[in-house]
Amino acid sequence: MAAPLTLLLIVAVTIRAVLFRSSWAELISERVEVVSPLNAWKRVVEGLALLDLGVSPYSGDVFHEVSLSLIHFLFKSILGSDGITAVALYLSIQTYNKNVFRKQKYALESDRYPADCLELLRSPKEMFYIPLKVAMFYLLNPFTILSCVAKSTCGLNNAIIALFILCTLKGSALLSGILLALATYQSIYPLTLFAPALLFFLQRLYIPVNLRRSSFWFFTLQYAFIYVGSLVVITGLSFFLLGSWDFIPSVYGFIFSVPDLTPNIGLFWYFFAEMFEHFRLFFICVFQINVFFYTIPLSIKLKEHPVFLIFMQIAIISIFKSYPTVGDVALYMAFLPAWSHLYRFLRNIFLVSCVLLACSALFPVLWHLWIYAGSANSNFYYAITLLFNFGQILLVSDYFYAYLRREHHLTHGLYLKKKDGTEATLVLK
Amino acid sequence: CWGKQNLKSLLKLIVIALTPAAARDEFQEELVIRPLHSGDIYASFQFRTLWDTDFLQEGQKVSHYRLFPKSLGQVLSKFSVRELHISFTQGFWRTMQWGQPFIPSPPGAELWVWFHDTVSDVDGNWKELTNVLSGIFCASLNFIDLTNTVQPSASFKPLGLGNATDHRFLRYATLPREIVCTENLTPWKKLLPCGSKAGLAVLMKSEKLFHSSFHSQAVHIRPICQDEQCSSKAWELRQTLNVVFDLHTSGQGKKEWSLFKMFSRTLTEACPLASSSKVYVDITDNPELFELSPATPLLGQAVVLGDRRTYSVYDLSRAETFGQLRSFNLLLRWKGDSDMLRPLLHAERYVAGFGLQTGEIHTVIYNNHPYRAFPVLLMDSVPWYLQLYIHTLTVTSKSRDNKPSYIHYQPAKDRHRPHLLEMLIQLPPHSMTEVTVQFERALLKWTEYTPDPNHGFYVGSSVVSALVPSMVAMRTNFTQDQPLFSSFVPVKEESSYFVRVYTEPLLVNLPTPDFSMPYNVICLTCTVVAVGYGSFYNLLTRTFQVDEPSPPLSKRLANLIRRMRGVPLLT
Repeated sequence: MAAPLTLLLIVAVTIRAVLFRSSWAELISERVEVVSPLNAWKRVVEGLALLDLGVSPYSGDVFHEVSLSLIHFLFKSILGSDGITAVALYLSIQTYNKNVFRKQKYALESDRYPADCLELLRSPKEMFYIPLKVAMFYLLNPFTILSCVAKSTCGLNNAIIALFILCTLKGSALLSGILLALATYQSIYPLTLFAPALLFFLQRLYIPVNLRRSSFWFFTLQYAFIYVGSLVVITGLSFFLLGSWDFIPSVYGFIFSVPDLTPNIGLFWYFFAEMFEHFRLFFICVFQINVFFYTIPLSIKLKEHPVFLIFMQIAIISIFKSYPTVGDVALYMAFLPAWSHLYRFLRNIFLVSCVLLACSALFPVLWHLWIYAGSANSNFYYAITLLFNFGQILLVSDYFYAYLRREHHLTHGLYLKKKDGTEATLVLK
Repeated sequence: CWGKQNLKSLLKLIVIALTPAAARDEFQEELVIRPLHSGDIYASFQFRTLWDTDFLQEGQKVSHYRLFPKSLGQVLSKFSVRELHISFTQGFWRTMQWGQPFIPSPPGAELWVWFHDTVSDVDGNWKELTNVLSGIFCASLNFIDLTNTVQPSASFKPLGLGNATDHRFLRYATLPREIVCTENLTPWKKLLPCGSKAGLAVLMKSEKLFHSSFHSQAVHIRPICQDEQCSSKAWELRQTLNVVFDLHTSGQGKKEWSLFKMFSRTLTEACPLASSSKVYVDITDNPELFELSPATPLLGQAVVLGDRRTYSVYDLSRAETFGQLRSFNLLLRWKGDSDMLRPLLHAERYVAGFGLQTGEIHTVIYNNHPYRAFPVLLMDSVPWYLQLYIHTLTVTSKSRDNKPSYIHYQPAKDRHRPHLLEMLIQLPPHSMTEVTVQFERALLKWTEYTPDPNHGFYVGSSVVSALVPSMVAMRTNFTQDQPLFSSFVPVKEESSYFVRVYTEPLLVNLPTPDFSMPYNVICLTCTVVAVGYGSFYNLLTRTFQVDEPSPPLSKRLANLIRRMRGVPLLT
């Protein structure tokens, strides 16, 4: 499988190189859908220029990256970050598939599946090409290509999260904790990935998730210690790099308090542009809590399925974070081939794909009409933002529904009958 | 007989001995009329009050005000102000057509203040000072706050005495949107010792003054030395009013100007409180350019703005100036045309780009000297909602890169302070230097827009300060009897003179949200979030069950009754 992957990488690099050299690169790096105040390359260059002038990059409101990003060589790796992400995703999905198949084999041998749901089981033939498809979905996704050509640091964030997933699936708690700390350090939202990673390790080490068991607490504290410790070390390193704690209000304060209302594909900008001053703090708190608060309920529901939980969490972060870009969307979309066996239970997939495609096409059109032609106003762009986020929410909840439904069928049988023998319909009650 | 004389002098001595030693104050007024080559006419009034007192002295409160206005004196002592410069300008000074003004000022209101070293909370003093001045001048200076105040590090050095150059005590703010009208002129006139009742101030009638191309009134307060060795210091208050009357709007197209045509008044007497009251008319280009009447034997020469100019002087303290009709009216009649001397330093500014997302500010500075190069200090204060990208700053002269030798850049903090960019650029001789910097326009909260958001947002003028090489040796020796217009800016060396040029203010459009939508936006966004919440809630709290159809109402009622009777239920 290395040869097709290499071919894929070569094709992806070629496409990016071609776009990079053309005049489109300049245009793409200015697009608000692709870059945000948090991860624009222009702002990194500005931060470096300010440092050259002897002014702290955080003294103004232009630079919102973390200090360690100022190290030049980290930025050269942005161009290679897509490749790293793709390879990491490929290897992690491969490991995950092996795990899934092994568990399925044991369950079959212990006769845990009802007789009629054999067609729901997954075969190695079907699962063979999934890792390649995942890598392809990531590398050839137009969102990823745009994000890479714009040199947005979102690519770097995606790479760190992908490496984190790989290390978690391979079972290395230390590396996983360090990479998660790096991802959290760059933008705070990956904090919610702590729960699925913890659940995965507990599952792997056969420690039951029981709050009264000391083994559970022992491992949780170990993992938390690795994570918090690396976070503290990395934050301390940034302090020593620039010699001040300025970066904390500038980066984390900026992410939480959303002072910059530059339009993007998220829900925050127009909401807070039109917010009554009196309620601003309240709604900031509500919107930020909204990102974090699905973690515990989802962890409880999906405690047997931590990898799907990781997918759900990444999707929730991408939709509800304060400054989303298409690069974030591309990361969770890369996982979709891994759930291709759920296709028969998806209810709205046609509608969702049409909505997402239409919105992606309309974003630049309505932006042009508002900003350049002056014949539309901000409401048009806002409407498409709403629709795009609605489409994403529908996509994620559809996959969640399909996943839960398949699990139900695997325990209760595929062809269900009502009391009088006729074919039953399943509803959520 | 001599007894009476002696008694009188004795009484005088007693009176002088008994009155407390009043500080000496002195008032001078002058009007300079400079005909411009396009047929317009430039009139510059200057009123100077010199007062030998110390406002900033601890313990001793100044309470006897005579010529110096009490409102300003109280402001100076309360806020420990060392230097105060405030100007209100309507119109833009066209340097290429009119030459250099005696006192430059940017369009709108400009205020810059040096505070004393002893002030501990400069920002607090600044805020109170702007509010008090806003009341004194009936102007909306209360719009000056930290979001448009900067602390220039090199451009606004003290014009009076002062060795401290710690720019933490300097505050500079400009309001380009401020409109100047009669309401601002009236309190300004009230500050004069004679008010508008006697002296040159009678000429200041608002109908004529505001019907002009350029109108600027200013107040400058600073401490100065009284003599060469600086053994004693005094406070100087200068009130200046510069006005340019347009040939076509005020002059009806006829190249003939008189005091009556310009101001609809003539002069009848000098201000009795003034120690000198003079009218100067610039006749350097005479007799080819215009004819002046009444003729006067008094001639004066002054070196001002790097040039030696000849003036006809009319002394209003002498009765014969007013003639038999007891009124003094000048008449200037144009005879020919001639070329104006090109000003050596000139600057322009404009915004380039299209759309509401990005833009570029271009500042163009012209050095018209044929063979001398000189450095200029460019100061730009850009509001925070235009985010400057300093890595895109380019300075080109004669299509080659010209790197500034000193850059002081303070980036803006959203909603707290504006950008401040100061650069020292060496201008090559006879060249055009272009400074460009890119910016991005921010989307503001809907309450932060002005009531007419599509008018645009103003960016204050850039300030170009330079020591321009002078063609004539400037006078550095300190003499009290120099005309006021040539002694405003202190001259440190003979070969150059100080010039400050203000560029145009910019008008920039920002993207606007729809102002009628707050409630709708809150509802719609919360709906989308609720859809997400609802879907996840359903999937998390509910389980899959087989859908059993519920029995019809009649059967349910029947079952209820059967249950009560204790009889087996229907299926």
